Amino acid sequence: MALKIVKGSIDRMFDKNLQDLVRGIRNHKEDEAKYISTCIDEIKQELKQDNIAVKANAVCKLTYLQMLGYDVSWAAFNIVEVMSSSKFTYKRIGYLAASQCFHEGTDVIMLTTNQIRKDLSSPNQYDTGVALTGLSCFVTPDLARDLANDIMTLMSHTKPYIRKKAVLIMYKVFLKYPESLRPAFPRLKEKLEDPDPGVQSAAVNVICELARRNPKNYLSLAPLFFKLMTSSTNNWVLIKIIKLFGALTPLEPRLGKKLIEPLTNLIHSTSAMSLLYECVNTVIAVLISLSSGMPNHSASIQLCVQKLRILIEDSDQNLKYLGLLAMSKILKTHPKSVQSHKDLILQCLDDKDESIRLRALDLLYGMVSKKNLMEIVKKLMLHVDKAEGTTYRDELLTKIIDICSQSNYQYITNFEWYISILVELTRLEGTRHGHLIASQMLDVAIRVKAIRAFAVAQMAMLLDNAHLLTGNMQRNGICEVLYAAAWICGEFSEHLEDPNQTLEAMLRPKVATLPGHIQAVYVQNAAKLFATVLRKHEGATDSQAAQETSQLLVERLPLFVQSANLEVQERASCILQLVKYIQKLQQKDVEVAEEVSALFAGELNPVAPKAQKKVPVPEGLDLDAWINEPPSESESEDEKPKAVFAKEETKHSRPRHTEVDEKELARRREARKQEQANNPFYIKSSPSSQKVYQDAPGVEHIPVVQIDLSVPLKVPGMPMSDQYLKLEEERRQKEKAEKKKKEKKKKREKHGKGKKHDSGPESEEDITPAHHVDIVTEEMPENALPSDDDDKDPNDPHKALDIDLDNLLSGTNCRPLADTEKLPVRTHRSEPLKSPGEDGDVESVPQEPKKRSSKEKKEKKKDKDKDRKKSKEEKKKKKKHKHDAEDEPAELPAEEPVKSEETNEVATPPTSTSAEASDLDFWLSSTPVAPTAKEVAAPAPAPAPAPETSLAAAPDSEADEPKDAEPEEVKCSKHKKKKQKKEKEKEEKKEKKKKRHHHHHHHSDGGEDSVQNGTMEEEEPLPPMSNYCLLAENSYIKMVYDIQGNLQDGSQVVVSVIFENKSDSFLKSMEFNVLDSLNSKLQRPEGAGPHDGLVVPFQLPPGVSNEARFIFSVQSIVMPQKLKGTLTFIVKSEDSSTHEKLDFKLHFTCTSYLITTPCYSDAYAKLLESGDLKSSSLRLEGVNMPFHHLLARICFHHHFSVVERIDSCASMYSRSIQGHHVCLLVKTADQTVSIDAKCDEPSLLGNVLDEIKQTFSQC
Amino acid sequence: MIKAILIFNNHGKPRLSKFYEHYSEDTEQQIIRETFHLVSKRDENVCNFLEGGMLIDGSDNKLIYRHYATLYFVFCVDSSESELGILDLIQVFVETLDKCFENVCELDLIFHVDKVHNILAEMVMGGMVLETNMNEIITQVDAQNKMEKSEAGIAGAPARAVSAVKNMNLPEMPKNINIGDISIKVPNLPSFK
Repeated sequence: MALKIVKGSIDRMFDKNLQDLVRGIRNHKEDEAKYISTCIDEIKQELKQDNIAVKANAVCKLTYLQMLGYDVSWAAFNIVEVMSSSKFTYKRIGYLAASQCFHEGTDVIMLTTNQIRKDLSSPNQYDTGVALTGLSCFVTPDLARDLANDIMTLMSHTKPYIRKKAVLIMYKVFLKYPESLRPAFPRLKEKLEDPDPGVQSAAVNVICELARRNPKNYLSLAPLFFKLMTSSTNNWVLIKIIKLFGALTPLEPRLGKKLIEPLTNLIHSTSAMSLLYECVNTVIAVLISLSSGMPNHSASIQLCVQKLRILIEDSDQNLKYLGLLAMSKILKTHPKSVQSHKDLILQCLDDKDESIRLRALDLLYGMVSKKNLMEIVKKLMLHVDKAEGTTYRDELLTKIIDICSQSNYQYITNFEWYISILVELTRLEGTRHGHLIASQMLDVAIRVKAIRAFAVAQMAMLLDNAHLLTGNMQRNGICEVLYAAAWICGEFSEHLEDPNQTLEAMLRPKVATLPGHIQAVYVQNAAKLFATVLRKHEGATDSQAAQETSQLLVERLPLFVQSANLEVQERASCILQLVKYIQKLQQKDVEVAEEVSALFAGELNPVAPKAQKKVPVPEGLDLDAWINEPPSESESEDEKPKAVFAKEETKHSRPRHTEVDEKELARRREARKQEQANNPFYIKSSPSSQKVYQDAPGVEHIPVVQIDLSVPLKVPGMPMSDQYLKLEEERRQKEKAEKKKKEKKKKREKHGKGKKHDSGPESEEDITPAHHVDIVTEEMPENALPSDDDDKDPNDPHKALDIDLDNLLSGTNCRPLADTEKLPVRTHRSEPLKSPGEDGDVESVPQEPKKRSSKEKKEKKKDKDKDRKKSKEEKKKKKKHKHDAEDEPAELPAEEPVKSEETNEVATPPTSTSAEASDLDFWLSSTPVAPTAKEVAAPAPAPAPAPETSLAAAPDSEADEPKDAEPEEVKCSKHKKKKQKKEKEKEEKKEKKKKRHHHHHHHSDGGEDSVQNGTMEEEEPLPPMSNYCLLAENSYIKMVYDIQGNLQDGSQVVVSVIFENKSDSFLKSMEFNVLDSLNSKLQRPEGAGPHDGLVVPFQLPPGVSNEARFIFSVQSIVMPQKLKGTLTFIVKSEDSSTHEKLDFKLHFTCTSYLITTPCYSDAYAKLLESGDLKSSSLRLEGVNMPFHHLLARICFHHHFSVVERIDSCASMYSRSIQGHHVCLLVKTADQTVSIDAKCDEPSLLGNVLDEIKQTFSQC
Repeated sequence: MIKAILIFNNHGKPRLSKFYEHYSEDTEQQIIRETFHLVSKRDENVCNFLEGGMLIDGSDNKLIYRHYATLYFVFCVDSSESELGILDLIQVFVETLDKCFENVCELDLIFHVDKVHNILAEMVMGGMVLETNMNEIITQVDAQNKMEKSEAGIAGAPARAVSAVKNMNLPEMPKNINIGDISIKVPNLPSFK
């Protein structure tokens, strides 16, 4: 045997291996293709051999050839063979080849399922690893479905190496098999807290990818991520989390508020540029989401902008680039902050790096103002001239147009200048954006009436020089401009100086080389020009000129009649016939000008691009029915033979020549009005003054535009936009001077120009447009529906992953995993009927790895226990989902062949997740609420959400195992601490109109009567509450604190102190010290003396607050206590620094030793019955608040939880850190509250009751 | 997500290509060519980010690359990756190669593309970053190589000997095309833990 192997390998020696292949290819540079084809033939021979080593070698070579672009899919089956080798060496080669060339269309992939499964459960971790790596590249929906369960098992593998790979590949599995997301999610979430940093990082990675696409489903994880963010030191993980927060914060502004502070701290503290950059980015996202523009965040914006400036100024091009990129995000919401760095950005425009120039261009968009627009555009025009590549030049071109046209030409003061810029841009060779320039020309000419005369002159010039544009048909992009030029000249031909010349230009033979749609416009507008020419000459005595023009048309039009383009041909022949007819009339000396121009009468209004789409179909409208009966007589059929081709509805003659029978006109108008009134499609013009009067018959209806003559209307020759710069400056000077004069006279201008006069420095408003600009707004139908253009790609694989996971997590309306959602587990398909029950399952999965963790087994047992218990208690509804999970196999054995304990385990929603999910609002509501943002301030829900939610998820499990609940409690109290952070007293008194909280009560069925924590769905919401109370305050600093017990250690309490810097100076070197008493001691680091202070681990910039925690050890907790202390700190202002100190008294109330602990009515009853407790009672008079508020207050301020509530009576429970039970029975009637209390420590009880009394006397 | 990882030399010859989405071989070659054209015409001292790898779909994609002596390392990523983070990852990748090949040079990549793939597989999996700690990566790669050696055992010896002999005869095996210069300074980039 050994001999055989050796022999095999000796044979192999003479085969080409990968190195030989590479060497060979390098040696055959001339006939590489030929050499490779011989190699492929060799490889084919090798693949036919039995020896797996030879095969593997061949596959290895194929992988290389694949990289060179050779299709190797024909060897797919051999690759599978190599993959299934038992030797790692070959297996790895096989998987590598598969990962390079397998894809969903590879049919042999379905053969790999079993092999992969086998490898996944291999005892060798590297076999598993290699399989996972390979699978990650070629996973298909089928593989994902079949292997999801195996991979999920691997997520709990003992080796972190496997765990992290399994976690990571889950993302690919989710993409291909979205149904697996819900079942797998709890475990994935668990991995966020894996002890191994690599696994943790992988889990963060996966959740970030998921959340990026469907952020709203992952909001509930925010508290967990927040915790990770504050605790993790792995920059990679931090970056991912911070990026994730950037995606989440637009959905939840409260989250943003919470983030600002830790992020700001990170920005100050981190030395890693990548982290700093992502922090800045997320802060920006937060600021964008908090668009309410709270004043206290201006500091954050400043900070971001400052940091970005540092990046942009850096010599490293990468940082410069990223700085600009982030800056453009700020620009959208806080343009002011960016504008102050204009110098820097303009500087970047000259950078040698194109990427950087492009980014700077993006920013310019927000930099412009009326004042500097011309200047900036001039600079860009220079760049256009210099630009080497067409891509960059085109980018510049679009940017110039973007900048100028933004927000309805807001910044353009001189449209002549803009037109000349557009004309200058037409000189660009080979640009793709001719169309863009054309549409701008049209838009400006139509919407800015004052500019029409100038525009027409310029366009006429363009038409005249058209040979420049069409000289080379290669660059036909730019000839689009002629489309606009021809149309403008035609439509506004009354402004033309010399229509004859333009007409001549438009009918040159060369025009026939233009694209068809442009020719069509030429022909049509030639007719318009013709009408104008006729009108011009009508009055004059010599009809010679007019006839000459007709002749010109008759001569030139046949060229177009021959056009291959249908549109051109049709229009041309129509117009040709018309002209011939007119010619005849002219010879008879009939006045025709009026009739001809009537063809083109009417004004064209700009219509918003989506207007047509938005016209709603009115109720009761039958689109197939006649709107009006077919007209009996057509008004103008004989005189307007061309109406079919007219672009606009021909309406009436040009107002300037109103000799047309007035009666007839009036009649028509009436008829039209009638028609319009009946016509649901007619877009009625709103009374806006900017609207153009469509049916205006007289001159008086056309708004007369005042033209400021300080700007010469005619610029000789091709305009140079630069001239305008100078002119503009002069004009402004003049205007300024004028204004000053006027101000003295206290006289106002008539035309509303410059209503605001500032004698101070020239401000934005001072710059008045060069002419009174009347920008016609785009028309929209009156009752246009708001459109939500859903551009979502239906093929987006991530769409399928938009799965509501909160349902799974939150306790309130928990939708447990449905049976169909269980991951399929492999079974013997041949076995048609399984023996029902779990044993059958185990049998049917013989290859299932036996090393299922003991934890899972335990859990399974738990499930069973639960079931037994439940049936005793007869809580039918609650029982249901778990019960189903258990019983399912028995009920549907044939239909659903895929059940195992594994699925049962998954089906149990983990209590921790549910608690945290509903905790989200609670957690979020902790952020300081700005007084302005009312709607954001959510009420603090009833305290201690943990018991209620976990109850919903698994009511019995907690009763059975109170231990499980304990760690949860700690977590919860942590959240609460955060929550209370900085809720100021002020807010407490704040108005009560708050959003109702839906989540705190899942009202359970009739049998279940323990209403949690005193609130019921229908009751009014609670005002926000805070446990933080003032510790001390002076002009520099304010301290508020809260004390929480530490459940893990019965002798510790945690004091959270929020330090807020109230001054304008920097506070540093803060030291916190307390005079210990015999009973309570501040825990100091080892080696510190009993009188040393603790250094506060941060510094405070002006206006910033931060929280620090101090641990105290206490011996006896039955009495309240006060400790004296001092805070020393250094106030550092610009030129000085002083030492300051502040004394305070820490008040340890007995309440602070209590910890919210859930208790269930049966346990509670037992406790009371035991007789170990001493009782005491308390009466409160004149408590004027709803009962549930009262309970909520007790819960919140004194750390109790409600055990049971019946009408106006409730039992409550709490436990001290040293395990004393405290029970309360609270009753209320007519503003009187009586509290009967029991506790195993009478003095503790007495003190707690006193404190409760205190609480209520305050309100 | 990382969409693709490409290594090619100054002449555009591919040295490694890893696509995390499927493309046909032809498209792959086209992408490599296009990427090379985009990247190679850029100066040395411009930024390492590039927008508009047109062939790989998805508008928020970016090319992030580094140029070491004769080789370009190009990562095509979408917006969920941190730009500076990826730059650092490339650095980690190259340093790892340097450790694994002992002074890596282009020839190492040419002749041992399979090994480079194996190293990469320990860093990036299915387009997601798996590990950023160089020591961890090297540990895993070494452990796997050791396994491979032990599997080859005695049977592998002759093949290795032949391979060594073949390599001896290599006239064009200059060892001096060092990727080297990997200490190119990236300001303040954190070394990932």
